[in-house]
Amino acid sequence: MTDEKFEFTGDLKKKLGIFLIVGIIAVVLGIILINTGGHHGEEHAGGHGTEHVAEAAGHDTGGHEEHGAVWLKRVKANLWINNVFFAGLGLIGVFFVAIQYVAQAGWSAPIKRVAEPFGYWLPIAGGLMLVLFFWAGHDIFHWTHSYLYNEFLEDGSPNPDYDHIIAGKTWYLGVPFYLGRMIGFFAVWFMMFLAIRKQSLLEDIHGGDQYWRKMVKLSAIFIVFFAVSSSMAAWDWVMSIDTHWFSTMFGWYVFASWWVAGLASITLLILFLKGRGYLKMVNSNHLHDLGKFIWAFSIFWTYIWFSQFLLIYYANIPEESVYFVERMSSAQYRPVFFINLILNFFLPFLLLMTRDAKRHAIFLKLVCIIIIFGHWLDFYLMVTPGVMKENGGFGFLELGLLVVFASIFIFVIFSQLAKTPLVAKNHPMMEESLHHHI
Amino acid sequence: MESGKNYLVGIYDDEDVMLNAVKQVRESGVKIHEVFTPFPVHGLEDALGYRRSRLPIAAFLFGLTGTTLALTMMFYMMGFDWPMNIGGKDFAPLPTFIPVTFEMTVLLSAFGMVGTFFVVSNLKPYGKPKIFDIRSTDDKHVMAIDLAKNHLSSEEITGILNQSGASEVNTKNFD
Repeated sequence: MTDEKFEFTGDLKKKLGIFLIVGIIAVVLGIILINTGGHHGEEHAGGHGTEHVAEAAGHDTGGHEEHGAVWLKRVKANLWINNVFFAGLGLIGVFFVAIQYVAQAGWSAPIKRVAEPFGYWLPIAGGLMLVLFFWAGHDIFHWTHSYLYNEFLEDGSPNPDYDHIIAGKTWYLGVPFYLGRMIGFFAVWFMMFLAIRKQSLLEDIHGGDQYWRKMVKLSAIFIVFFAVSSSMAAWDWVMSIDTHWFSTMFGWYVFASWWVAGLASITLLILFLKGRGYLKMVNSNHLHDLGKFIWAFSIFWTYIWFSQFLLIYYANIPEESVYFVERMSSAQYRPVFFINLILNFFLPFLLLMTRDAKRHAIFLKLVCIIIIFGHWLDFYLMVTPGVMKENGGFGFLELGLLVVFASIFIFVIFSQLAKTPLVAKNHPMMEESLHHHI
Repeated sequence: MESGKNYLVGIYDDEDVMLNAVKQVRESGVKIHEVFTPFPVHGLEDALGYRRSRLPIAAFLFGLTGTTLALTMMFYMMGFDWPMNIGGKDFAPLPTFIPVTFEMTVLLSAFGMVGTFFVVSNLKPYGKPKIFDIRSTDDKHVMAIDLAKNHLSSEEITGILNQSGASEVNTKNFD
């Protein structure tokens, strides 16, 4: 077994630097465009259709809402979208490794080192999320305004901004509990990841299957915690934006989105490494399995998405259907709503259906890129209408911030990937994986 | 030589011996009609040089038929033939059609595949499947060789089979 190591060359760093700069330029360009001409037209075009929607959503139009600069609010919303999305990718890297151990899978032995470095994004995402919450919390989360919770003003008169629905959620959406959950989740995820990672590196040095057994145990504990925490994180970070609205499918929905996007990222990274001559033992059989994963979980996401949509559509209860009215009946979100379905269901479903497509790098690469972008767009669609209402838009700012986040994320992954051997050579199932054949 | 189709049947006790034998027999220029095993043997299709099955393509087409049939049926019934107001929805509400469409797609795809498999395996009504050796459902690996499709004589092929590790070599005739 080789001791190959990924080399994070200066050339790669330079390319990532260029991406970063392009992203920043796009962000600046986007902000300028919002503040000059382009934006007004947009507002008028979309305004009429969605005005009633904003009102239907309830108290968001209350007098207390600070109507700060639209562009700043849009930047905050996009920072939140990207941070939640990439935090999910980091988390899925750990989850992927954990699943392989709990399932005692043999085929994935040579690729699990590629998924491991994703976990190092977690502390960065957690820190950024904390900072963002304090800086942008009032703009993103309506429930953070304290005036919603008191039924009576100090002089005893009724509070016009009192919202008894949000007030009823005080125990869960209180800021200390909320922050406690956020910090707790990231801390436990990262600590569990470090524990798994430590065993993985010890195995490289000493060999033997006791490390593998330990990792199975750690992974099982992680998955139990992940099952609960990922769902609650979805309520906290995404669903609570539309505070009045709720969906019992939402935890699964966000998880499905993260999971398939994470699988696509891991696969894309493997294909990239193979393209540069690494990971010789990963052959088309391993790619086939990854392709099946991606294909199947694209359908899984669609299943969850549709299960949520159909019940709300069919029952047509106003407080539930407002979520989809906001997204389907407004000029600026309606196209995104359908593009979301095309990118995340129809294209992967048809492109990856055949065996040959899953076994050839070029098809797999194309679908991975489609899915990663598609699920980022999915998060855009979850967050933006709730935060921006009729002022939302899609342009250089959104794409630029995605590029900025992606290049920093890739930089972190690459630098961690370069630190350890690329293949866990003493993995007890390595031999099985080398003969993997489907 | 008897009339009808004549086969030579090599019986193997062990799947590794059989897998090796398949390679040896093919290398010596003998065309193998089919190999029957009591359980799936990994790598046998490759050793036999089979093309990949086209069953997935058939499954896709059957599935597509199901999708089309379901959507056509529901749009015709609900949209044109007897429009009904259900829950204030449109007369042809696409989202509510999706579950039925999904079920029909899966149903026809599954039925189609089973049917295709039956026809291909000669298990259709009044079809007579060729059973070369009943023990292939128990513990023997059975290699059938069509004599009409090979230019080597029966004796020569028997020699090759014996050399490749067959525990017995029989002849089989189907009318």
